Amino acid sequence: MSILIDSDTRVICQGFTGQQGTFHSEQALAYGTRLVGGVTPGKGGRRHLDLPVFDTVAEAVTEVGAQATMIYVPAAFAADAICEAADAGIELVVCITEGIPVLDMIRVKHLLGDTGSRLIGPNCPGIITPDACKIGIMPGYIHRRGRIGIVSRSGTLTYEAVKQTTDLGLGQSTCIGIGGDPVQGMDFVDCLQLFAEDPETEAVLLVGEIGGDAEERAARFIADAFEKPVAAYIAGATAPPGRRMGHAGAIISGGRGTAEQKIEALRAAGVEIAATPAELGAAVARVLG
Amino acid sequence: MNLHEFQAKALFRSAGIPVPEGELITDRSDVPEAWSRLRTHAAWVKAQVHSGGRGKAGGVVRATSGSEAEAAAAGLLGSRLVTGQSGPEGLPVDQVLLEPAAAIAREFYFGMLVDRARASVVMIVSADGGMDIETLARERPDAVLTLPIHPVTGVMPFHGRRVARALGVDGALARSVATLVANAFRLFQESDAQLLEINPLVLTADDQLLALDGKLVIDDSAAFRQREIFGLRDARQRHEAEERAHEHDLNYIRLDGTIGCMVNGAGLAMATMDLIQHHGGQPANFLDVGGGTTVARVSAAFKLILSDSAVRAVLVNIFGGIVRCDLIAEGIIAAIREVQVNVPVIVRLEGTNAEAGRAALAASGLDILAAADLDQAARAAVGAAG
Repeated sequence: MSILIDSDTRVICQGFTGQQGTFHSEQALAYGTRLVGGVTPGKGGRRHLDLPVFDTVAEAVTEVGAQATMIYVPAAFAADAICEAADAGIELVVCITEGIPVLDMIRVKHLLGDTGSRLIGPNCPGIITPDACKIGIMPGYIHRRGRIGIVSRSGTLTYEAVKQTTDLGLGQSTCIGIGGDPVQGMDFVDCLQLFAEDPETEAVLLVGEIGGDAEERAARFIADAFEKPVAAYIAGATAPPGRRMGHAGAIISGGRGTAEQKIEALRAAGVEIAATPAELGAAVARVLG
Repeated sequence: MNLHEFQAKALFRSAGIPVPEGELITDRSDVPEAWSRLRTHAAWVKAQVHSGGRGKAGGVVRATSGSEAEAAAAGLLGSRLVTGQSGPEGLPVDQVLLEPAAAIAREFYFGMLVDRARASVVMIVSADGGMDIETLARERPDAVLTLPIHPVTGVMPFHGRRVARALGVDGALARSVATLVANAFRLFQESDAQLLEINPLVLTADDQLLALDGKLVIDDSAAFRQREIFGLRDARQRHEAEERAHEHDLNYIRLDGTIGCMVNGAGLAMATMDLIQHHGGQPANFLDVGGGTTVARVSAAFKLILSDSAVRAVLVNIFGGIVRCDLIAEGIIAAIREVQVNVPVIVRLEGTNAEAGRAALAASGLDILAAADLDQAARAAVGAAG
């Protein structure tokens, strides 16, 4: 078992014939992802990477049974691409694109609430179930199928978490990078709810950062309703207030969103805190006992 | 992106939000004529810098004659204003705004911003203006009204009624408030704002609404469709090194420590800074070198880091991911040769072909320590920085 995706998931790529779309589709195929086609408006009917290209997501759904999509279109067109996927009934929309205007994402978020689609991202590395399905830009080879569910707001810091759990022989059930933007799709709580139901996931490693209150909400959910052990790391303890640390969402404003507040909330919920990014794997190993 | 007060007010004016008739001054000798055009007995001379707290810092001066205004302008223009938010070096004052002093009956707070938890734009208003809204919200939450605006409907007439009620105005004035609310939201959307703030919004003695101050922050991600507004960007209001980083599409923020950091990925960059501090060092900067670690980018990043004379060692932390580490190592070596880096460089490389990458670094003959893991890298950097 895993969450959201497995080896049967039928995946398409939006922005399929572009440079990014092509490269990461090749990588996904090499990993064993069941990629069944792609969408590039105006190029429908062609073949690319020996797979069909469609003009619309709706055609990809009816023609090849697409269930999940990975979006690599430029920021100016990304909101449209997400909405198109949701409109076509795609269950899981993974948007890798960085730099989508926040007012676009507000509209997208409200629209998605009225559909059955889930969104991961934007501005994220994507999602992977090791040895089964890779949707995103993460390097597949660092993963190993196993017991830990990983959910993270960061990209390369997620790889750090993956590598450390792989090195310790723990492995991962599913890893989700939820992205670093202020308005995004799935949050920590959405992912924790799914990990709770997954028998393969024995513990969760949560990687947060400064800004917003997603970690505080996760802490409340863990205290109230999550029974599996959780370890966490929060990046940005040294970040000065008011300065945006790369991610649009990573900013301490109005005295809120500090690493200290998040760590305190998580610790109070019984979460094991990794003191440094070098101890991500060790912290989750401790909670497994 | 931050705008100056005078730029925000120009956008306010064209959106139908009432603002004072001000004069922008870049040369003190223009003050006497500007003063006579204003036909006023008293005016404010306001330094145009990208920072709050200008008043406390002496950047807002009252003048009751043209010569007083000219003296105030002469004192501010060409100076650097040090505010509570600007850092010790301050921000350059290249322009001042000369505005007639209004006869104020009441002061309100009006703001709009993106609320990430609600995933919507919210309006924040208070009948107690002039004060710092965060302090007010903490100390007297009842005095602050927060209203989300749904993206499907935008501002509705009821929003205007609720704001008018919260401000304690009625009749024609309530209608003016409702118009201002609608106009502000339209400007917010059309300019891709993240924050629109009027503090204070005043009611004048003759019952007019007036935005006495104005702040507008635009979403950087919207630059591709807000070309006109982004053309207003004032590069001089940013730290020179940060401005150069912006030109190279690098994400750099200068800090106070001695260990320069070059990391790929924002989260890992923050984590690396934290790890340095954990081992007793202080990071000199945040720098996300991004995904494409080419020689040109790495060179630009080294130049930026070394432009800070406090840097005693540089820690490079790259999780290669799909890019091969031996190629990244070649890029780092070429960049160090090109930039002539004269402090110890500690490199931690992880990812495909990491062994080959480390071997190449060790064989380069340069002052590079190829660390085996993240923790060792941070310790070595702290040790090297003394």
